[in-house]
Amino acid sequence: MKPQRPKPERRPNRMGATVNRSERAVREPVRPDPRPVARSQGAVQSKTSWRDKLDAWSAHHSNSAIESLLRLLETPLQSLMTWLVIAIAVALPAALFVMFNNVQQVGQTWQDSSQISVFLKKDVTLNQGQDLRGRWAQRPDVAQATYVSSEQALEEFKRGSGLGELANHLDENPLPAVILIKPKIGGNAPDVLNSLQQALIADPLVADVRLDMLWVKRLHQFITVAERFVMALAGLLALGVLLVIGNTIRMAIENRRDEILVVKLVGATDAYVRRPFLYTGLWYGVGGGIVAAILLAIGFWWLSAPVTQLADLYQSTFRLQGLNFIESLQLILIAGITGLLGAWIAVARHLYLIQPR
Amino acid sequence: MIRFENVSKRYDTGYEALARVDFEVEAGEMLFLTGHSGAGKSTLMKMILLMEQPSHGNVFVDGHHLAHMPKGQLPYFRRNIGVVFQNHQLLFDRTVYDNVALPLQVAGYPHQEIGKRVRAALDKVDLLDKERSNPIMLSGGEQQRVGIARAVVNKPTLLLADEPTGNLDPELSNEIMTLFRQFNEVGTTVMVATHDVELLKRMNKRVLGLVQGKLVHDGVLW
Ligand SMILES: Nc1ncnc2c1ncn2[C@@H]1O[C@H](COP(=O)(O)OP(=O)(O)OP(=O)(O)O)[C@@H](O)[C@H]1O
Ligand SMILES: [Mg+2]
Repeated sequence: MKPQRPKPERRPNRMGATVNRSERAVREPVRPDPRPVARSQGAVQSKTSWRDKLDAWSAHHSNSAIESLLRLLETPLQSLMTWLVIAIAVALPAALFVMFNNVQQVGQTWQDSSQISVFLKKDVTLNQGQDLRGRWAQRPDVAQATYVSSEQALEEFKRGSGLGELANHLDENPLPAVILIKPKIGGNAPDVLNSLQQALIADPLVADVRLDMLWVKRLHQFITVAERFVMALAGLLALGVLLVIGNTIRMAIENRRDEILVVKLVGATDAYVRRPFLYTGLWYGVGGGIVAAILLAIGFWWLSAPVTQLADLYQSTFRLQGLNFIESLQLILIAGITGLLGAWIAVARHLYLIQPR
Repeated sequence: MIRFENVSKRYDTGYEALARVDFEVEAGEMLFLTGHSGAGKSTLMKMILLMEQPSHGNVFVDGHHLAHMPKGQLPYFRRNIGVVFQNHQLLFDRTVYDNVALPLQVAGYPHQEIGKRVRAALDKVDLLDKERSNPIMLSGGEQQRVGIARAVVNKPTLLLADEPTGNLDPELSNEIMTLFRQFNEVGTTVMVATHDVELLKRMNKRVLGLVQGKLVHDGVLW
């Protein structure tokens, strides 16, 4: 006997229990699915059940999504650690990319403002100089040509250098007339620049030509190399993220081995078994991406003040550009996809090994 | 419903758990499987579920030749079979209700339908008041009844029960058998493994007797 069993009034004694039970059996006859009948009942029923299936499918998706997230939050420290590892792996290449973008922008503005200064000989008259400017402006490789007379040059020097006082003491204007040439360059075309320079210097009126492009070219080259390097680094780190998530998911699968066995035995499809683990991977990735975006935002905010001061020193309007909202979302998306991929690999490798025995 | 053709099973250890077993079960039959511990009862049931594959011979269930069953069809095949496992196979990280609901959730039943069927199944094994408990807090017999509820909740066409009454007192054991018989009466094929000879006598049904993996008896006992 089990006196502790609840609802004792329903079974006063052994006899009563049996009677009670059989009475109940009459009241509620057990009726397993009359399957053949159900099948022959036709399209209407199968349609609703199709809808039910779809509902159940989407319900399982949202359930898996929520449950796997809650599972991660149940072990906050461990999850945070994984998120941080992923975040660092994501933030590092992202930060470098952003840095290079910034540097490239600086280079771009300098390159745009790059001009060839053609210093004319002392004895060239105003007319001759302007003629020359006119001819050069026609050249196909010249975007713009500006004539600056020696007087204008002196004025600008006085204003720009803060040495106006000193200039006032000069007996004679030491500055030559200058023609400023803005070359028409598609992208970086050092050859075009060189030949233009050759053509300009060949003119008998020209004293000297300054083409200060070399460092721009070098910067360009450097950025190309560095970008490749960051690309390789990003690839390696992405591999690292895949391994971290793959390993974490593998442990999650091991921890839920019993559950996997049982649901397989009661008829769960592989997709059903896979789903919560794929969501776990997604959450690891997305979480890592969010932490990375936050780290980057803090980092760039921290750097932006000194960078602004530095730029001001050089009379530049340059401002450090961090990730904007859309770019942050993209970062999180990429991290999420990487997480999903890592989970997929782990699931493909480990889940099929768990078969009911 | 079930046909074994000259089926042998040799485990990786080299032990032959089943040897040249031949029998056939019609749809709608109710029968028992008996034999000493280690005779191969669980092994035979696992082969019906395709948890184990025969090393020799063919197994047919519900019109499927199990050796040729596509991998993708296995889950749908298993949904038609309710199983009471010898070791319960309950999940201790969720409530009794959620354990019983598992086959329905897996098959994608709508929420309300799951609620109705789970309560009906728990009522049949008299555990309705324990639906919010964790199975770890239940007695061995109660756990076994949860396993039974889970096996019948999906109204399967084939019900396999491996020692379903092992932990139950005679009264409860009778109730469970009555439940199985009711299922059988409305068309479910029921196969029960037991070494309870008293039970076999009482039920007076077809019995398959296994001795060291060999089928030595097929028919009503006495
Ligand atoms: N996975 C396995 N690997 C190797 N041998 C096994 C395995 N499973 C079962 N066996 C062996 O096969 C034999 C039959 O086992 P089975 O579980 O079918 O017996 P049983 O009739 O269900 O016994 P019981 O009444 O104790 O449950 C046993 O001797 C067992 O040791
Ligand atoms: Mg057994």
